[in-house]
Amino acid sequence: MMRFLLLFSRQGRLRLQKWFTPMTEREKKKIIRDMTTLVLARQPRSCNFIQWKDLKIIYKRYASLYFCLGVENQENELLALEVIHRYVELLDKYFGNVCELDIIFNFEKAYFILDEFLMGGEIQETSKQMVNRSIEASDMLQETLEEYMSKPAF
Amino acid sequence: MALKIVKGSIDRMFDKNLQDLVRGIRNHKDDEAKYISTCIDEIKQELKQDNIAVKANAVCKLTYLQMLGYDVSWAAFNIVEVMSSSKFTYKRIGYLAASQCFHESTDVIMLTTNQIRKDLSSPNQYDTGVALTGLSCFVTPDLARDLANDIMTLMSHTKPYIRKKAVLIMYKVFLKYPESLRPAFPRLKEKLEDPDPGVQSAAVNVICELARRNPKNYLSLAPLFFKLMTSSTNNWVLIKIIKLFGALTPLEPRLGKKLIEPLTNLIHSTSAMSLLYECVNTVILCVQKLRILIEDSDQNLKYLGLLAMSKILKTHPKSVQSHKDLILQCLDDKDESIRLRALDLLYGMVSKKNLMEIVKKLMLHVDKAEGTTYRDELLTKIIDICSQSNYQYITNFEWYISILVELTRLEGTRHGHLIASQMLDVAIRVKAIRAFAVAQMATLLDNAHLLTGNTQRNGICEVLYAAAWICGEFSEHLENPAQTLEAMLRPKVATLPGHIQAVYVQNTAKLFATILKSQEGNADGTTSEETTQLMIDRLPLFVQSANLEVQERASCILQLVKYIQKLQQKDVEVAEEVSALFAGELNPVAPKAQKKVPVPEGLDLDAWINEPPSESESEDEQPKAIFTKEEPKHSRPRHTEVDEKELAKRREARKQEQANNPFYIKASPSSQKVYQDAPGVEHIPVVQIDLSVPLKVPGLPMSDQYVKLEEERRQKERAEKKKKEKKKRKEKRSGRGKKHDSGPESEEDITPAHMVDIVTEEMPENALPSDEDDKDPNDPHKALDIDLDKPLADSEKLPVRSHRAAEALKSPVEDAEAENAGPQESKKKSSKDKKEKKKDKDRKVDAGNLITSTDLLHLVSLTDGFLFFVCDIQGNLQDGSQVVVSVIFENKCSSFLKSMEFNVLDSLNSKLQRPEGSGPHDGLTVPFQLPPGVSNEARFVFTVQSIVMPQKLKGTLTFIVKNEDSSTHEKLDFKLHFTCTSYLITTPCYSDAFAKLLESGDLKSSSIRLEGVNMPFHHLLARICFHHHFSVVERIDSCASMYSRSIQGHHVCLLVKTSAQTVSIDAKCDEPTLLGNVLDEIKQTFSQC
Repeated sequence: MMRFLLLFSRQGRLRLQKWFTPMTEREKKKIIRDMTTLVLARQPRSCNFIQWKDLKIIYKRYASLYFCLGVENQENELLALEVIHRYVELLDKYFGNVCELDIIFNFEKAYFILDEFLMGGEIQETSKQMVNRSIEASDMLQETLEEYMSKPAF
Repeated sequence: MALKIVKGSIDRMFDKNLQDLVRGIRNHKDDEAKYISTCIDEIKQELKQDNIAVKANAVCKLTYLQMLGYDVSWAAFNIVEVMSSSKFTYKRIGYLAASQCFHESTDVIMLTTNQIRKDLSSPNQYDTGVALTGLSCFVTPDLARDLANDIMTLMSHTKPYIRKKAVLIMYKVFLKYPESLRPAFPRLKEKLEDPDPGVQSAAVNVICELARRNPKNYLSLAPLFFKLMTSSTNNWVLIKIIKLFGALTPLEPRLGKKLIEPLTNLIHSTSAMSLLYECVNTVILCVQKLRILIEDSDQNLKYLGLLAMSKILKTHPKSVQSHKDLILQCLDDKDESIRLRALDLLYGMVSKKNLMEIVKKLMLHVDKAEGTTYRDELLTKIIDICSQSNYQYITNFEWYISILVELTRLEGTRHGHLIASQMLDVAIRVKAIRAFAVAQMATLLDNAHLLTGNTQRNGICEVLYAAAWICGEFSEHLENPAQTLEAMLRPKVATLPGHIQAVYVQNTAKLFATILKSQEGNADGTTSEETTQLMIDRLPLFVQSANLEVQERASCILQLVKYIQKLQQKDVEVAEEVSALFAGELNPVAPKAQKKVPVPEGLDLDAWINEPPSESESEDEQPKAIFTKEEPKHSRPRHTEVDEKELAKRREARKQEQANNPFYIKASPSSQKVYQDAPGVEHIPVVQIDLSVPLKVPGLPMSDQYVKLEEERRQKERAEKKKKEKKKRKEKRSGRGKKHDSGPESEEDITPAHMVDIVTEEMPENALPSDEDDKDPNDPHKALDIDLDKPLADSEKLPVRSHRAAEALKSPVEDAEAENAGPQESKKKSSKDKKEKKKDKDRKVDAGNLITSTDLLHLVSLTDGFLFFVCDIQGNLQDGSQVVVSVIFENKCSSFLKSMEFNVLDSLNSKLQRPEGSGPHDGLTVPFQLPPGVSNEARFVFTVQSIVMPQKLKGTLTFIVKNEDSSTHEKLDFKLHFTCTSYLITTPCYSDAFAKLLESGDLKSSSIRLEGVNMPFHHLLARICFHHHFSVVERIDSCASMYSRSIQGHHVCLLVKTSAQTVSIDAKCDEPTLLGNVLDEIKQTFSQC
């Protein structure tokens, strides 16, 4: 089972956090701090895995963003790497050549995409098309409402 | 009004949206905190507005701020508001915020139950989806219990989109509410064959997760999974299935054979590395393949290769050991992850033969290592490797002690205490090494300034703790105790941490005793007197210590020494008496010993000896154990004058136990105080060590010399043995093969350099042999170890009904009932409570909304327009002695209500559960404040001893009414009526189980007649079900059987018959009083018709 997914920049600024098990703010902050220092300190051309406490940390850097996934010990590391990659693909497809700013300014969308792909720490949908389709459908639902709401009330 | 709308939308135009906020933060890099605090103020204003769009926008911004690390827990209630919006756009934002911000102790979560239930049953699949996603992040045990049934239903939803989400979230529900596993499992199993691949993979994921924790319960699914494995083409799913088989195979070896073919097929055919890795990992047959991985230039594969290697090591250590060269090479890798993996591997690879060599390599790395973290990791690994399985691989403890001493020279390590506890452990348990250890420790103490020179290096000074203790305790081995004593009394010592000083002081006394004893025969008493004088001169320094422990010990000892000095001056022999203070042998005690002491019959450890005082004082903080493995001091038998007979008896018993214990390594008679003179140890050769190595060269690594020495020793030994064997050529034991003299030396051949009797740790007599305590009691998965093949019992059905408002609206019957019930109830109440009367009208209105399904409203009071207060009493399913009272507070006035305190006068039988530390008359603070017109729910838990009688509890609610200009204190009295019905829980029951129950004959019967009941029969049944928590078992015409169960497990069975306008109820229950009261309550319900 996956425990958390963090996205942070090269400067250690958190861009997205997803916790698959409930945790207190203090625990979250501690993990975020540990992860950023641990991952950012890694030499280039090292492997993508770190053993941290009882978790496996799998991280990968895409452009200026680090994707950092914490999984339980029996999980398959390479599968976790594929999970990260699949998420990047999904973001890419949605935003069209995604960049860090897309995620900063539309962070809720990034969460919605993630929620369609993973849930409760497990992979929910392995098919890219299916994820895209449900995202589009939810967005349609939202957009009609947004248009309605954005009309001036007077 | 119109103006307000216009104003609202103009405001909205000026509101920042999320993009503006992000942009703003990026533009205010210098004063970000200040900018954000103004933003938060704005958000607070926005949240006060009625417009849900504005609120949602504000919540969205808060979610972003939360990510930046700002506390937004204060807005939890607003998040719930946004979640409950009927518009998907806002609902989505609300749930997102909740999933990011809520955790188990967020108290508003309990308010969400009904909202989530509503969303789960929404006709729009995306509403349901969003609710499920959110729930997966913040599900609590309460939510899991209340919603388990709803989610289980969703597993069979028509839309695969919902099905897969429901299946995945079920795992979270199981974790929080293990009772749901058995009832839900059949449906989960069905989903493995769902037509939709997404649902199928979700089910595989969940079952895989469950099975990995408790594989034996899932063996029966193996054929199904086998089919899936051979048919599926989805790599993601395949990996999970293979993982599952990996967990199952150890339990069912035949599976292994069956799996080989499909797995080898996969290995050969797949192009996905991840799948290949999983297969290899599971099959573990190709160490050679792994070598290729490790030698690969891709760091990831190297890492995984090492990881897989460590798994093989557990089962096939031999095949891995041949790759030692490669693994040692990995220690030089620049990648820390890889180095750490290699270290792990080494841990499992050591043997008696190669331990010294490996540790030597590691020591080299310690010197080279940059960065304290990695060096500390190395240090702990060295100690782990050496101490594993009770020092199994150490043949020469002198070498080990010198390694430990060398490690003390590490700069800036945090693991001083680890080294110290190893030193203590070895010195105590390996008796033969004590003389050597003491000599080394004395050197350490003498050179203490090297360790403490730099205050930054405080971690390592822990070692002095061990050194001082060892020198003191085993001071008879000291060559020059006076010098050590002097070293321990240096003024510099006072700069050490308190706990170390305390040990110093205590052990100087031991040394002092030894010196006195050694000088006793001496006619010339000057040495003794000088020592005494030294003590008297130096100890006052410690008497002034700020540390209480040091101070106390020092002043005790100082007084003692002064007294001794007096005696010495009179030429009295004191040595014998002084050393009697420290007589006795110290035996190590197993860490679990305390836990294993069986509790004598009739002793209840939880019972109070004296009733606790009403005001519990804050408990003194337990002093922290300084070392993890510290031997408890009190175990030391200081009193040697125990009855001889008793001693003999104990000795006998212990011997008996040791004889039965295969792991007990018998003590050699060489120790000073022989407790166990075990026969048969004489035949073990005690090798004299030639201490040609200069022992007292501080600052010079010397463990290397031991490696050489040891090599020579082994060679000599081998040569000797060869000679002997040539001479006699006799078979020694079955274990020793003939080819030993020609082949390479094997493990058993290496005899330890000197006889070490590793004293096993003591366990209490008749300790319970159990491994239970090895498991983590907090592991949530333990609760899921449930046999799934057993047929479902009725009592295991998931609770379907809830007592909360929204549910009732679904059923028209209940709704109608409630509307009738509203006024009737109030009539009943008003006769009891005059105060209520004048507000009766208001009540009815509210009762329509709020009371609907809360069948038993044990309300209720109402002051002049301030507060409306409804509650519902419900037995706690999990705990037979708990009743949960949910209270809905509604602010009816235009002022702000705050500081609400809920208090109830406890009776002998029922007590309000208060947080620890509060007195029995303290009120509970209601965890929220109420703005005008707002209502909120709070829950209070009561413990009830007996449930057979109804109960009334008096209570008060105090609160502050705050207006713009004034605030007043108000009080509200109420009565809580715990009827017997509120202890009943609707439990479905099948007719055959019901018949069996009636036949069993354990039940007492009773009956009532109701006259003039003018309602249809089904209506009457519904009323009993609804008001008294029964369920209908069977109904035939105008006759029906009904069942319910109390929270303490009493069965209540009813047989209801009607003819004309008369209803007769025959009832049976195993508790006659309870039954009588329930019947009375039923009668009352109908008397109001």
